[in-house]
Amino acid sequence: MADVNEEVYVIPEIDTKGLEKEFPLSKPGFGAGGKTNEWRLLRPVINYEKCIKCLICWIDCPEATITRGKDNSVAINYDYCKGCGVCANECPTKAIEMVKED
Amino acid sequence: MLLRDVKFEEKWLPGNAACPGCGLSLGLRLLTKAIEKPVVVIPASCASVVQGAWPKSSASFPLLNIAMAGAGAAASGIANAYEMLGKEGTVVAWAGDGGTADIGLQALSGAAERGENIIFVMYDNEAYMNTGIQRSSSTPHGAWTTTTPEGKREFKKDVAAIMLVHNLEYVATASVSYPVDFIEKLKKAEAHKGTKFIQLYSPCPPGWRLDASKTIEVGKLAVETGAWILYEYENGKLTISPISSRFREKKARRPLIDYLSLQGRFAGISQQDIAKLEAEIDRKWEFLSKFE
Ligand SMILES: Cc1ncc(C[n+]2csc(CCOP(=O)(O)OP(=O)(O)O)c2C)c(N)n1
Ligand code: SF4
Ligand code: SF4
Ligand code: SF4
Ligand SMILES: [Mg+2]
Repeated sequence: MADVNEEVYVIPEIDTKGLEKEFPLSKPGFGAGGKTNEWRLLRPVINYEKCIKCLICWIDCPEATITRGKDNSVAINYDYCKGCGVCANECPTKAIEMVKED
Repeated sequence: MLLRDVKFEEKWLPGNAACPGCGLSLGLRLLTKAIEKPVVVIPASCASVVQGAWPKSSASFPLLNIAMAGAGAAASGIANAYEMLGKEGTVVAWAGDGGTADIGLQALSGAAERGENIIFVMYDNEAYMNTGIQRSSSTPHGAWTTTTPEGKREFKKDVAAIMLVHNLEYVATASVSYPVDFIEKLKKAEAHKGTKFIQLYSPCPPGWRLDASKTIEVGKLAVETGAWILYEYENGKLTISPISSRFREKKARRPLIDYLSLQGRFAGISQQDIAKLEAEIDRKWEFLSKFE
C-alpha cells in the first residue's frame, strides 16, 4: 500500500490586488470541474505485489490523480480520479485492475 | 532524460473538467512538468473549458483565456510585457488545431515573422471538439466528424511544415503518448530564441470514438504505423526522433488498419481511402527526408 502524496500538488496563495473586481479572475484549486470522482464507473485498484514502481501509470494519468511518493511508490487519488482506465491499460505488469463501482 | 527525473510536482490540478482519458489534459499536465514558470495563453477551445468554472481553476499557473483567433497575438504581447517589466516566465500559447491551423494561423505566422519569444503548442485532436466534433483543416482524410458524415475528403494540413518554412530556430512534433520525449522537446524549445513551435498529437476519446483507456495506446499506434512522425527541426536541420526513426522503413511499420480500427471515426472507411492514407504516409516521410 501507499498513501496519496498530497505534497505534490502546488496551490499557491495568490494576491489578486483587488483586480477580481474588474476582471473575472479564477484562483487555482481542486475540483474546478466538480467532484470528478462521481463520473467514475470503474475504479482502478493497484495490486502492490505486482507493482514494480516503473512510474508509467503516474506519467500517463491525464488527471494527476496518481501521485508519486519519495520512494517512487504510486497511489491513486480517489477524490478526483475519473476512472478512464489509462493507467490500467498502460501498466506493464497488469498490476492495476478496473473494478466496478457500486 | 529518464522518467524518474521528471519532477514530482503537479500544477495541473485534479478535478478539472476534461473528459476521461483526454489527451489535451495530459498535455497540459506535461507542460507544467517541463517548464518551471509557464505563462499560458489559451484561445477558445476545449482547453478553455477543461480549466473548470470560475472562481476556481485547475491551472496552478498564470493563464489568460483569449478569443479564438488571437493566441499568437496575445502571447506576443505578454512576452513583450514580461520582458519590459523584467518578469520571469516562459510564455506558451496553447491552442487547438482549429485555433492554429484554421483561425489563428495568421496571428501565429505574424508572431513567427516578428520572432516573438514564445513557445506555440498546437494540441492536435484533429477536429473542433469543444463545439461538437466539426472537421478542421487538421482532420485526417477519411475521418468521420459531424460535418464530414461520409469521412473527410481532403487531406490533413501540415502545420508543422508551414512553421518549418518560417525558418524558426525550433520546430517539433510530439505526442502525449511519449511524455518524456514531449517534455524534452519543450525544454529544448525553451532554450531557443524567438518563436518555437510544437505540434502535439492529442487523442480525444469522444471525438475519435475511442475508448477512454486507449488514449496512450492509440498514440503509440499512430507512431508505429508511421501515421504520426516525431521529429525536430533545430537550427535548419531536421532530425527524425529516435522513437520514430525505427519506422522509417515501410516494412518495419505496423499495418495502418491496426491504428484505424481502434477508432470509431474510421469505422466506415473504404479500402480506397485506406490506400490514399497509406500513400499520404509515404509522401510525408519522403517530404521530411528532403530536410534532413
Ligand atoms: C471566432 C470564433 N469562431 C467560433 C468560435 C466557436 N468555437 C469555440 S471553441 C471552437 C472549436 C475549437 O477547436 P480547436 O481549436 O480544434 O480546439 P478543440 O475544441 O478541438 O480542443 C469553436 C469553433 C469562437 N469561439 N470564436
Ligand atoms: S504502471 Fe503498474 S507497475 Fe508501473 S508503477 Fe504503475 S502500478 Fe506499478
Ligand atoms: S483511471 Fe484514469 S484518472 Fe484514474 S488514476 Fe487511472 S489514469 Fe488517472
Ligand atoms: S472533447 Fe476531447 S479534447 Fe475536449 S475535453 Fe473531451 S476528450 Fe478532451
Ligand atoms: Mg481540435
